[in-house]
Amino acid sequence: MKDSFDLMIVGVGGQGTILASNVIGEACLIENREVRSAETHGMSQRGGSVETHIRIDGIYGPLISPGQADLIISFDLLEALRYRHFLKDDGIIVSAKGIVVPVSAFQNNLEIPSEKWVADKLSDVKLMTLDAERIALEAGNILSQNIVMLGAASQHIPLKKDSLLEAVRRLVPKKTTEINENAFLMGYAEGV
Amino acid sequence: MITRYMLGNEAIAHACCEADLDFASGYPGTPSSEVIDTLRFQKERDFYIEWSVNEKVALENGLGAAWTGVRSLVTMKHVGLNVAADPLMTSSYTGIKGGLVILSADDPYAHSSQNEQDSRIYAKFAKIPCLDPSSVQEAHDMMKGAYSLSEEFALPVLFRPTTRICHSKSNVELAECGNEHRTGSFEKDPKQYVVIPVHTRILHKKLNEKQNALSEKLVELKLNFAEVRGKTAVITGGIAAEYVREIIPDDVSFAKIGAYPINTEWITEFVAKHDKVLVIEELSPLIEEVVRQAAEKTLVYGKINGCVPYEGELDPASVALCFEKAGFAAKKSYKISEPVQNLPPRPPILCAGCGHRAVFYAMKKVFGKNAIYPSDIGCYTLGIQLGTVDTTICMGASITVGSGIAHSGEKNDVVCTIGDSTFLHTGIQGLLNAAYNGANMTVVILDNRITAMTGHQPNPNTGITAQGALSPVISLEAICRSCGVAFVEVIDPYDLTSMLTALKSAKETKGVKVIIARQPCVIAARRAGIKRRPLQVKTDACIGCGACVKFGCPAIEFYSDKASINELCSGCGVCADICPKGAIIPEVKK
Repeated sequence: MKDSFDLMIVGVGGQGTILASNVIGEACLIENREVRSAETHGMSQRGGSVETHIRIDGIYGPLISPGQADLIISFDLLEALRYRHFLKDDGIIVSAKGIVVPVSAFQNNLEIPSEKWVADKLSDVKLMTLDAERIALEAGNILSQNIVMLGAASQHIPLKKDSLLEAVRRLVPKKTTEINENAFLMGYAEGV
Repeated sequence: MITRYMLGNEAIAHACCEADLDFASGYPGTPSSEVIDTLRFQKERDFYIEWSVNEKVALENGLGAAWTGVRSLVTMKHVGLNVAADPLMTSSYTGIKGGLVILSADDPYAHSSQNEQDSRIYAKFAKIPCLDPSSVQEAHDMMKGAYSLSEEFALPVLFRPTTRICHSKSNVELAECGNEHRTGSFEKDPKQYVVIPVHTRILHKKLNEKQNALSEKLVELKLNFAEVRGKTAVITGGIAAEYVREIIPDDVSFAKIGAYPINTEWITEFVAKHDKVLVIEELSPLIEEVVRQAAEKTLVYGKINGCVPYEGELDPASVALCFEKAGFAAKKSYKISEPVQNLPPRPPILCAGCGHRAVFYAMKKVFGKNAIYPSDIGCYTLGIQLGTVDTTICMGASITVGSGIAHSGEKNDVVCTIGDSTFLHTGIQGLLNAAYNGANMTVVILDNRITAMTGHQPNPNTGITAQGALSPVISLEAICRSCGVAFVEVIDPYDLTSMLTALKSAKETKGVKVIIARQPCVIAARRAGIKRRPLQVKTDACIGCGACVKFGCPAIEFYSDKASINELCSGCGVCADICPKGAIIPEVKK
């Protein structure tokens, strides 16, 4: 039996990780494939670190163990580092460039990590970064960053581009279909 | 038959509709809340639904409905079942007519909970069947069948999903919703419904007599099943069964417990066919205890001999480790991969503009760091980061723990915080008790008009019911006064000056003082279209003292010795009052 393709979407509560994972789930339905995922709900959504596990062709439990993820899509560079131990040896991280500074760092005078510091710590893994914020603005709305990220990572996801695009259309609010299509395609162009 | 990608809780809700649900009640609690929320937001709803004020109320409502012959669902999180334990323990004696399913969602690893208790123990305690699904699809299928199981044995059924079922998604096959509904009609039968001693002794005997047939039925329904493949076996249940299936070799026997009570003869026969068995389950060793009793010559591995952890949740790698400890081979191996250490933590925080933060700030200003701050369960538990949460144990315990501390001789001020929904849940009794017995303490009700943390469910303080009907808002002031509290003041958390005045006045007054800090939840307010002008920092005026940063709002940043305000600002304006230099002003449009 074929192993599942295990990916994680990580970020900060409120960045739209759940919509992004729903797009992947819906794309699996379109291709008539099994899928299992696990999400963060509840208290952790309030600006905390969030993680979604998705197993494409998964037929067992939804959780991915450390060292097992084929792909990590991160909406924040610091979160990419926080979850890197989930990546398997030849896995890849696709991450947005920016860092949302944790409030705790300001409050407790902790050193605020720079993008360079984080990138250095990730120098031994396959990492692709992109300026998702800029691309989302170009696509027409800063809120489409999650779809930009999905587009950028899509070449590493074993689902057809058309299935993902169709899933985007099905799941985003009707008024924003065009913006999100653009966001996906512009992210896709960045990724190849 | 349709296939959809959906959340476990949504699949469970759909199954209830397929099973012709007539009545639903519950109290919100992660990870259970989306079941009632899914049901109440349906376009067409042909059943009664309510968010009750607490779990005991919810269960007694559901029980009453079930006694009239309708199919009822009652939902809560695991600790909610403690609140509902009183009716639960006797509902098995009285039994039911219409199917009654009590959903109690467990939270291994306490993702969003105060403990890791195992609801399966309650089912054993109450002598009712317990269903323990291992996947979203199975949760759906089991829930659909739960009502007829309940009716066949005239017993409530405890349905126990865990976080990784409730908040997992998968492709799920669904059937059409049913439309055969019943109308309740209560038939008097004191021998069944009035549990005076002469009745209850007989009911208890009848309850015990149901147990064997019940456990046989669970095997017959294949909720409990076993496959003999070799001389060693793994016995598992709940979500752990999925992790086991992922790594179990083909020549190791496999048994899955999906329902309780476990039939003794069946399990004894299976265990006897093996030289050694490993029992893997999350939380308490319920299956393991049964297996150990059943094993005569077979060696049993599990929690009791250190192979499987008692705490937390499992995953494929931790199950592989259980295999290794018990000397079982696994199909997959997992290398140890440790997280990077010493990263700045990113815990959940109160939202920008949350009124709770302003109240905590004012409390600390007036009562100081030596005051004792008992708190409660809700978003405001996050006040621990602000130094104003000293205790949290269970719903409603801020006032009661506080009055206990106050009566103990503790010299410092006792200042409790409790949310509006929690106050209505189990806070009122504590206030009444504290006032009547003359405690000396301040109770701050953090009134944001809604049950926020679990996803904005309405409560009697909101003015709308779960059905979407308008209902008169209860008066917290009137409740507090009628509990015997003379000092009741209402303040606006966004008005720092009056808040400080009210708190000072409470500090100087003897007895129980209640301050109701009223400001709608900032998320709910935004959804309702309330907009306030955001703020900005006049950079020249900012002296970099950091007073605003210590307030802890995620909208306030601090770089190169100057504060700045980001796009998260919701315009509450409290930081402008905190700034000693008047450097924070309403945003000037560029």
